[in-house]
Amino acid sequence: MLTLAWRNLWRNHRRTVIMLAAITVGVWAMIFMTALMRGMVDDMLHNGIRNLPGEVQIHNRAYRDDPSINNSIPAPDKNLLKALQSDTVKAWTQRVRVPAVISSERDSRGVTLLGVEPQSEVKIGFSLDSISEGRFLSDNNDDGLVIGARLAERLETRLGKRVVIMSQDPKNNIAERGFRIIGIYKAKLASLEERYVYTGLETVQTLLKMKNRVSEIAITGEDYRNVSSWYPAIEKAAGKNMQTLPWYQIDTYLSSMLKMMDGFVLVWIIVVFLALSFGLVNTLVMAVFERVHEIGLMQALGMRPSMILYQILLESLLLLIIGLLAGNVLAIGTVIPLQDGIDISAVAEGMEMMGSSSILYPALKLNDMLLANTVVIFLGVLTSILPAWRAARFDPVEALGKE
Amino acid sequence: MKASLNIAPNMSLHIGLRMAWRNLWRHKRRTWLTVGAMIFSNLLLVFLISLQFGSYRMMIDNTLKSYTGHMQVQHRGYNDNPKIRTSIEGIIPLASKIRKQLGTDMVAARGVAFAMTSSKQRSYGLQIIGIEPQFEANVSTLPGLIIKGKYFTDSNAEEIIIGSVLARNLRVVIGDELTLLGSGRDGSFAAGVVTVAGIFESGIIDIDRSMAQLPLAYFQSLFSMGDQGHNIVINASDLTQVTALKKQVSHIISDRKELTVLDWNQLQPGLKQAIQADMTSAWFMYAVLIILVAFSVLNTQLMSVLERTREFGTMMALGLKPSRLSTLVFTETFLMSGLGLVLGTALGTLLAYYLSIVGFSYPGMEEMAVRFNLPDRMYPSLSLLSIFLGPGVVFIFSLLASLYPSLRLLFLQPVSAMRAV
Repeated sequence: MLTLAWRNLWRNHRRTVIMLAAITVGVWAMIFMTALMRGMVDDMLHNGIRNLPGEVQIHNRAYRDDPSINNSIPAPDKNLLKALQSDTVKAWTQRVRVPAVISSERDSRGVTLLGVEPQSEVKIGFSLDSISEGRFLSDNNDDGLVIGARLAERLETRLGKRVVIMSQDPKNNIAERGFRIIGIYKAKLASLEERYVYTGLETVQTLLKMKNRVSEIAITGEDYRNVSSWYPAIEKAAGKNMQTLPWYQIDTYLSSMLKMMDGFVLVWIIVVFLALSFGLVNTLVMAVFERVHEIGLMQALGMRPSMILYQILLESLLLLIIGLLAGNVLAIGTVIPLQDGIDISAVAEGMEMMGSSSILYPALKLNDMLLANTVVIFLGVLTSILPAWRAARFDPVEALGKE
Repeated sequence: MKASLNIAPNMSLHIGLRMAWRNLWRHKRRTWLTVGAMIFSNLLLVFLISLQFGSYRMMIDNTLKSYTGHMQVQHRGYNDNPKIRTSIEGIIPLASKIRKQLGTDMVAARGVAFAMTSSKQRSYGLQIIGIEPQFEANVSTLPGLIIKGKYFTDSNAEEIIIGSVLARNLRVVIGDELTLLGSGRDGSFAAGVVTVAGIFESGIIDIDRSMAQLPLAYFQSLFSMGDQGHNIVINASDLTQVTALKKQVSHIISDRKELTVLDWNQLQPGLKQAIQADMTSAWFMYAVLIILVAFSVLNTQLMSVLERTREFGTMMALGLKPSRLSTLVFTETFLMSGLGLVLGTALGTLLAYYLSIVGFSYPGMEEMAVRFNLPDRMYPSLSLLSIFLGPGVVFIFSLLASLYPSLRLLFLQPVSAMRAV
């Protein structure tokens, strides 16, 4: 029966080839487009989580609404430390994060001052490769300052120069001191280079008279998708006085993008399929129409209607499978050479508005490919049922009389 | 049919059309399926393109109208590297000169400086904008968005207007005082105490969180600016007028070599690029749809030609030129695509029109919308271009797809064709 279906398919090879081409292009477009969009959203997530940074953060309950120095938290207690040292936690760090003003002799800017623990900050995601000049901080007492390349340009300052940082202490007195710039970093998103300046944690704690309190504790696990499996334990250990949030609750833009992406992938696959289905049904209707006589003969010779139904469905299935194979191969073939990224820096500032960087890395996901293939096979067979069913219901006598 | 065949050699356009039309309906189901594919994609294209145009226009309008404006006159180099010293001398007279020569009120001068802003409890480093109270409302929507207090009227008043998020973060209400600390244009120490006169809420988080405005005259004295400012915002009546207006403005300021005029595209390159990036991905999707429809047409027409090989052979034997046959097949496609075009466009327009009135939203859109300064409901914008662009391309590609089957006919040999099954 398989042989029969196969041969039937090639009786009209032009039609079959066109239909195959259509399925191939459709499947290719489904997978390729999905890979591109996934790549973009992945990049946004990576950037987004890196900006935060930390997949889970612990803050004072009032901090999110009012990121002021007054809303700080104490350094982790015994309970929390124990939770932070569990296996699911890849790295954690604590920081002071406060609004501040940075002034060179030329200009001033508003920035976010980060007092960090250099060792654990690097573990959690600050990439040492991003330091373009000078060095990163060495320890918690380091009183050097690391600023972004764009900010240095704006302030008309450079490595080795002194700048003044002004912020407020918990009593709302202006605290200020001079810092020497010991390092300059480059970030994927230029806006970040202007926003964050880094110095040692204890340096800031002393400057702002906040003892050993911090603004936030940031924690990273192995995979950002699995955060929900381990963060409740941390939340419990942190206690009710503190707010423990995973990244998708901190940045709702990112999480809604991620959710929308899943919806978009499905809608896109179905839309392409619908456009395909018209051609598919058409081909089958024609194939049945041409063979009315033949089908009548087969029925007269004792072939049961159900067999004819299977016969036509099998033809459609073969067509779909070949098209899918070709489409998948083509998609993989086009994505792999693009693995190194597609340079779209022509629209870099536009992509930055979306939170994505200027190199697009397509991300081929097994799940998306499976989804595309399942939808095409499942709905493809479903739409073929109608013509096949009609063929099976021919009256043999009438059918034989045709032509 | 027979009658028309007899006079075929001289067949008029009218008969050609009629034959093509009748041929189409010889296979009703096949024709409808192909037309269905066209209707489906046309409907989708009209809707999506209108939606795209609608959201782009809103994105541009909302972003520009709140603050940036359609174009700005600035000192050369200010846009790339905004510095307090890169300023325009005599900015108020210059603004009124532009106002007079353009014959429009939508011109306002501004100054930009940076200051540490402190309330009793909180301090933030902020960009401080000096504005002309009597003209700012003509170029920006912010003065109209005051939710508490009022916008200023006196250019010398020691008052400040701030965004709602900023007010919450600084923990101030109307009547509270804020201390400004910064450096003036000459590098001197700038310090002043101002009263919060108004609080606005634009819904654009960035603006509500960081915008603070002072009246221009007070701003100039606080930051030792003399008669200087940093930019003159000019709005056109419509986005399409921007290019023409920009030319006029650059003519007006041509005697001041140090000045330049920048349009919104230069001021906010991200905006246009975000639109371009979105356009590119959208057109990729449209292209796929269109190609699939073209395949469908190719398939149908090729089939209909192949199954009629014998018939065509007979017609040729009767003296019909091959080119006539090609025209016939082409006309068939034309009619079929025309049908798809009309029905698809009509349905698509109806759908888009309905949604352009009631609006629509999808889950997760709110966060997206906030990011791009859009409201949380979308309204497609219908125009001739947005309606006919997509279906037009589908139409053309369908015709192109039928080229192969119809051109094949040119090489048809009557004798062998008549033998064909």
